Amino acid sequence: MAEQRKLRILVAKPGLDGHDRGAKVVARSLRDAGMEVIYTGLHQTPEMIVSTAIQEDVDAVGLSIMSGAHNVLMPAVVEGLRAKGAGEIAVFGGGIIPDDDVAPLKAKGVREIFTPGTSTEHIVTWVQENIRPR
Amino acid sequence: MLFDREALKQIIRQKESWTRDELERLLAKSPPRLSRFSTISDKEIPPLCTPADLGDFDHDARLGLPGRYPYTRGVQPSMYRGRLWTMRQFAGFGTPEDTNKRYRYLLGQGQTGLSVAFHYPTLMGYDSDHPRSRGEVGKCGVAVDSLRDMEVIFDGIPLDKVTTSMTINGPAGILLAMYIAVAEKQGVRPDQIGGTIQNDILKEYIAQKSWIFPPRPSMRIITDILAYCTERVPRWNTISISGYHIREAGSTAAQELAFTLADGIGYVQAGVEAGLDVDAFAPRLSYFFNAHSDFFEEIAKYRAARRMWARFMRERFHAKDEASWKLRFHSQTAGCSLTAQQPLNNVVRTALQALSAVLGGTQSLHTNSLDETLALPTEESVTVALRTQQIIAEESGVPNNIDPLGGSYFVEWLTDQLEAEAQRYIDKIDELGGIIRAIELGFPQKEIGDAAYHYQLQLEKREKVVVGVNKYVMKEERPIPTLKIEEEVERRQVAALQEVKRKRDAAAVQRHLARIEAAARGSGNLMAEFVEAVKVYCTQGEIIQTLKGVFGEHKDPGML
Repeated sequence: MAEQRKLRILVAKPGLDGHDRGAKVVARSLRDAGMEVIYTGLHQTPEMIVSTAIQEDVDAVGLSIMSGAHNVLMPAVVEGLRAKGAGEIAVFGGGIIPDDDVAPLKAKGVREIFTPGTSTEHIVTWVQENIRPR
Repeated sequence: MLFDREALKQIIRQKESWTRDELERLLAKSPPRLSRFSTISDKEIPPLCTPADLGDFDHDARLGLPGRYPYTRGVQPSMYRGRLWTMRQFAGFGTPEDTNKRYRYLLGQGQTGLSVAFHYPTLMGYDSDHPRSRGEVGKCGVAVDSLRDMEVIFDGIPLDKVTTSMTINGPAGILLAMYIAVAEKQGVRPDQIGGTIQNDILKEYIAQKSWIFPPRPSMRIITDILAYCTERVPRWNTISISGYHIREAGSTAAQELAFTLADGIGYVQAGVEAGLDVDAFAPRLSYFFNAHSDFFEEIAKYRAARRMWARFMRERFHAKDEASWKLRFHSQTAGCSLTAQQPLNNVVRTALQALSAVLGGTQSLHTNSLDETLALPTEESVTVALRTQQIIAEESGVPNNIDPLGGSYFVEWLTDQLEAEAQRYIDKIDELGGIIRAIELGFPQKEIGDAAYHYQLQLEKREKVVVGVNKYVMKEERPIPTLKIEEEVERRQVAALQEVKRKRDAAAVQRHLARIEAAARGSGNLMAEFVEAVKVYCTQGEIIQTLKGVFGEHKDPGML
């Protein structure tokens, strides 16, 4: 591990919702755990997120959605990355995601979904165990 | 003075000896339960308050009587002995037809006011057929594109009998224009309708982040609305100055109080600078606070808010009309306090939060439903939420006495503390050059972000407890039913919009959009133009797009 470069994570807010408390808290936790974190800011389209992920050469993208649009927007980011030949960038997400939607999102390539009440410690550990520098 | 000087000295001596001889001696033998006792905002709380903690407390200046300056004990002389607070559940989902059905149900169950939740595309000024609306239609609220949708939402609901609150900010004037038009079709004049538009753009930049235009043109639209409504829609609350979202974004209670009042000062300043008489528009400003979990801190917050606002209006803005001094507020229980784990516990949390709002003298109240961390509420869960208010109103006995906590040593001490802490923030904002400048510098945003992170760390260290999440956790949980918004809603709404566009007078639409553009470039009143434009079925997306061409768009700086 010591020889590896730091993990680079893009924390992104797709869609129209403005609830950025969770995204910012998670971004700070990942940074405090020693990762390089880039935050997109709000109101991003899937295309904007894909393009930032590729430009910034990140290892993973974390999406936060509170508006209920996750079934459309999360798969759109996964597909957009694949279409640009960057399918190896892992996508994970969180927000107000009903249990019934978790399995279909994973089937579409979202690696993990964190639902309300998840501790940042849990998210940090998951990223450390599941994401490798590319 | 509340206490005779000699008596006060005697009490101070007694408290000193009690602390030394009894409290500390006992605690030396069996230590306190926690090393530090603090509110949810992490404000340290003393073990006991006595008259000694109030010192030179001046009864008339700090408390007064209900309905009298400084209104600490309430804005009405009779408070809930006259009329209960308005029970106003925030609702809206799916198509306008779905929402109309929910409103009729809630009114049938004894709800006394309406409150419209719009879906994200409407909040952000996009029509349902815009590419950016994909996946969002009808999800977080009801879809409204044109007057047609508002006609459906209020079908069969007499707008001279109910009051309606609309949570809308960037496009607030347009939605109010549609409401005025629906009322006219029912034969109800603009001066007969009552209600509220949120129209609080400053807290969007600070916390809620549903902005459209940059701050300065946004303030111009707001002053146009103030000027128009003062003359034409006199019963309408033109701005609901909102701390709710500031708190949900993670602020402390004192920050919520301070930044919300600072926004209020910003609006009054803007109105005065636009040439309006302060007493002409200030009585129609109202407030909206969060009812969070720390019971006494919340009560102290509402009481401090009334006292501070009265002082600002009288001393800072020299308002003469007592109606300008009175801070009236709506409250909503804290969405961010609800848990997905063991969701039935949310009913209890909401009841306690609602009780704090009632003891704090709220004018209207929304109680959250137990399933709102998972989805928009089901009919059953929203009924429990409404019943929670009705139980407080009809069974608890709490509304029988006005401000029953007034004079509590602890409540008065805490009210003074909240006021002092909030005043320090307001002084700082004044030093920075006012709230708009402070927002441009990111000052309130950073303070809130830091507070949110501090609380999260406290949760993870279990210094703060959330039952069912970091203590008393259950491994297996039974799922509860939730409301699902079908993807079909988007197709139906887009079809309805296309139908409107096919039927309307296209030339009239273009003519009105051109008039709006001209007013935006010049100094014509935009609200007056919105009222005419919506009647020919200009969509809200078209009007916003036209304004973006003149005013530009605000972008998130993405600060961490």
